[in-house]
Amino acid sequence: MSAIQEPPASGLNLIGLSKNDYKGKASTLCKGCGHDSISARIISVAYDLSIRPSRLIKMSGIGCSSKTPAYFLNQSHGFNGLHGRMPSISTGALLANHTMAAVGISGDGDTGSIGLGQFKHMVRRNVPMVYIIENNGVYGLTKGQFSATADEGQKLKYAGLNELPAIDVCLEALVADCGFVARSFAGDPRQVEQLLKAAFSHNGTAVLDIISPCVSFNDHEDSTKSYAWGKAHEEIINEFSFIPARQEITVDYAEGESVDVTMHDGAIVRLRKLDGKHDPTDRYAAMRLLEDAHRSQELITGLIYLDESRQSLGEIEHLPATPLAQLSEEQLRPSKSALDKLMAEMM
Amino acid sequence: MSTTSVQRGPLATDLHDSPAGVNNFCIVAATVNGSGSQTANNVLVRALFRMGIPVSGKNIFPSNIQGLPTWFHIRVSEAGYVGRRDSAEVVVALNKATSAQDIASVSPGGVLIYPTEWKLPEERTDITYYALPVQQMAKDSGANAELRPYVANMVYVGALAELLGIELDEIKQAISEHFGGKQKPIDLNFGVVLAAVEYTRQNITKRDPFRVQRSNKTAGKLLINGNSAGALGAIFGGVSVAAWYPITPSTSLVDALSDYAKELRVNKQTGERAYAIVQAEDELAAIGMIVGAGWMGARAMTATSGPGISLMTEFAGFAYFTDTPIVLWDIQRMGPSTGLPTRTSQGDILMAYYLGHGDTRHVLLLPSSMEECFAFGWQAFDLADRLQTPVFVMSDLDLGMNLWMSDAFAYPDKPFDRGKVLSAADLERLGGFKRYSDEDDGTGVGPRTLPGTDHPLAAYFVRGSGHNASAEYTEKPDEWQANLQRLRRKHDYARTLVPAPIVDDIAGAEVGIISYGSNDPAIREARDMLAAAGVKTSYLRLRALPTTPEFTRFAEQHDRLYVVENNFDGQMLHILQTELPTRAAQMRSVSLCDGLPLTAQWISRSIATLEQER
Repeated sequence: MSAIQEPPASGLNLIGLSKNDYKGKASTLCKGCGHDSISARIISVAYDLSIRPSRLIKMSGIGCSSKTPAYFLNQSHGFNGLHGRMPSISTGALLANHTMAAVGISGDGDTGSIGLGQFKHMVRRNVPMVYIIENNGVYGLTKGQFSATADEGQKLKYAGLNELPAIDVCLEALVADCGFVARSFAGDPRQVEQLLKAAFSHNGTAVLDIISPCVSFNDHEDSTKSYAWGKAHEEIINEFSFIPARQEITVDYAEGESVDVTMHDGAIVRLRKLDGKHDPTDRYAAMRLLEDAHRSQELITGLIYLDESRQSLGEIEHLPATPLAQLSEEQLRPSKSALDKLMAEMM
Repeated sequence: MSTTSVQRGPLATDLHDSPAGVNNFCIVAATVNGSGSQTANNVLVRALFRMGIPVSGKNIFPSNIQGLPTWFHIRVSEAGYVGRRDSAEVVVALNKATSAQDIASVSPGGVLIYPTEWKLPEERTDITYYALPVQQMAKDSGANAELRPYVANMVYVGALAELLGIELDEIKQAISEHFGGKQKPIDLNFGVVLAAVEYTRQNITKRDPFRVQRSNKTAGKLLINGNSAGALGAIFGGVSVAAWYPITPSTSLVDALSDYAKELRVNKQTGERAYAIVQAEDELAAIGMIVGAGWMGARAMTATSGPGISLMTEFAGFAYFTDTPIVLWDIQRMGPSTGLPTRTSQGDILMAYYLGHGDTRHVLLLPSSMEECFAFGWQAFDLADRLQTPVFVMSDLDLGMNLWMSDAFAYPDKPFDRGKVLSAADLERLGGFKRYSDEDDGTGVGPRTLPGTDHPLAAYFVRGSGHNASAEYTEKPDEWQANLQRLRRKHDYARTLVPAPIVDDIAGAEVGIISYGSNDPAIREARDMLAAAGVKTSYLRLRALPTTPEFTRFAEQHDRLYVVENNFDGQMLHILQTELPTRAAQMRSVSLCDGLPLTAQWISRSIATLEQER
């Protein structure tokens, strides 16, 4: 792939910011944590896409993953909310100002267990944000309990044997009519970056489930959320190039092997079906892909489903161009004569 | 503290209730829920109101869509007493299932109106019975079978009009207003009214003293319920994001908010809405949404009731600890648990004041009238923004859902107060800011920036975990303590901003009554009854928590303090004793929790008993 323009020699992006302007505080996660790799990708992508930090909000819930917004984009407002409740906070925040970009960082416990209801309702409302699940199948902060995305039959030192089936957050997103469902692996920086760039262009909730191994509590080789398993079983379903609309890019793709999808902002995502079977615009095919992957215990990565046709929340709510949070007193408080008229009607 | 349990019985202090008669009595209509009696009841209330007679209407209804009993209390009071009464002078019994109870409820000397079809043995000799062929007249109305049960209610409207002297023009006008001027239902319903008037005139000889006569006590006033008044207040306060989950008795507040927003906040050309009202998946999400919106800078609110407040607990503590402005309306109903969803109570006071784990104290506004529902509706946003904290407006079912007379609402006399919000220019000038530092004024409130402020120094990180003055993560004991001390300073600052109590000091009164909210009309009447019996009382009506110096002064000036409230434990008493421990021993609880609004009779009797036992 050759789509992404290399940063100019000066080290400044299109809005004149250096990569340093996108950095966060030093991480306090365990050394080697997959989450830190994802934070590095977000920094890189925000820089590459020339996102103005003051125009983006960083949202999270509770857990190891939810700490990470402190570790990237220091110049963006951040909100580390309550466990499983990031979707509702983001919904309200983006209703109040629908012109902001938003990236949410959640974990498998935060999304798959305590927050599953809010997650699905956020997707249903099509809240415009990039929603990342840093998925390791385990509760790290409380020292190693199973999460709802843990594999059936998996063993953990303290929790023992997991006899319940795993919740697949991608499948849950798909069922809730999510227009952008993707999965990747924290150890695959190139694919994570590609998917992140596409996700930022999506007008609606973009769900990105990133398998992010826990080096402390879930890196046993029999877990699908371990490095060893991930590297050995990863099946990349499609490779695509992300092309920002402002640049004319020629891509070295063979005709007949690719499908172009125009994103809301005019950007084009070009998908390559490596196995020649998966069409990411086919919802049934996406469900079958995930179901089959469960049966074969495979890790499917790539863009699983894309649908740009749904309106996002702000459009559904008929919001004005000026964000609600910035409306003036004159725009918000009706006149005295309006009150007097209402009063007269009640007399 | 002690909760009184006052039994009926003779008292040394002779409490005189005002004698019933002209423009002074209660009508109770006992019907089946879902049978359409609300139309009839509202028509009666509006007609009486239009005759210039002070009136109130209270619906005592079941948690049910159709089939369970419901009672509508209409109080007519030339003296202007609009609280609920224990007595019922005129009872309209239309629900066979509750007939025995309804007959027993008629005050001695009162009237029972019932359907001829019941063939009721008229056993009580101390009341007057009037029978009406309700079903026959509904049939004769020409209404189809489906509509007959609805128009049957107009039979008692007509009978009461004739028996009590309610002017037919006003009844017709009220019916017309109810049906929005649509001629067909107006003709049908008013036709039944006229037929009932005629039947009553021909067949019933009036043998009771109850009647109304035109007065001039409602000029310039209007009829409204507290949920509509609160919603209107919120609109004039600039609410732009509301998130909620349906729960009785708060639902109609958001319904009203939607109606007013459609009328006042939609751009008629473009269809754009200068608001968002979201029905959330539950109360956790509802408060989560307004926390997000409040952080972003919108004026955001929710409306709920006790069970919803329980679910919002974690977020309320979060908003308190992260200094996020939000407004929450609690339309209180009976708890614990599901309780009685359609009955009134003041049972959430203690919970709301301390809502959240850890050391948390909130700001509560306590409206007691329609004017205050409106005024607190907009003032709550100014307080929330100035204090950067959740503000609870503690209404209840009686205020929220019943019809009350009110003066016209006063237009807000102050511009929006958005509190300490820094712009990009401010940041440029200041060279940065400390989010949780009040070093400039000691108010406990720090400056905030809104997301989207275009300046490299604008961003800060909100977290419910430990944070220092610069909003950085900390676990240091001294920084933790400093933050809690700042929040306590803020609570004390709130004392200087919240609405002060309304105090009526009576010279020489040893007794001080303290109360709040919807109890006010019953307390006013109870004080008149106590005064007539020789018990002088002063009165302090709280309008907010935390308490203000007026409360301290009042508590210190009176020997005996009775805290009157509509809950079981005397929740406000607990708080007041904590706020002013030096006067705790002088405070006693007069509290009742039976699902009904307090009555003047009960309050006066309770206080008289406690005075007597002293």
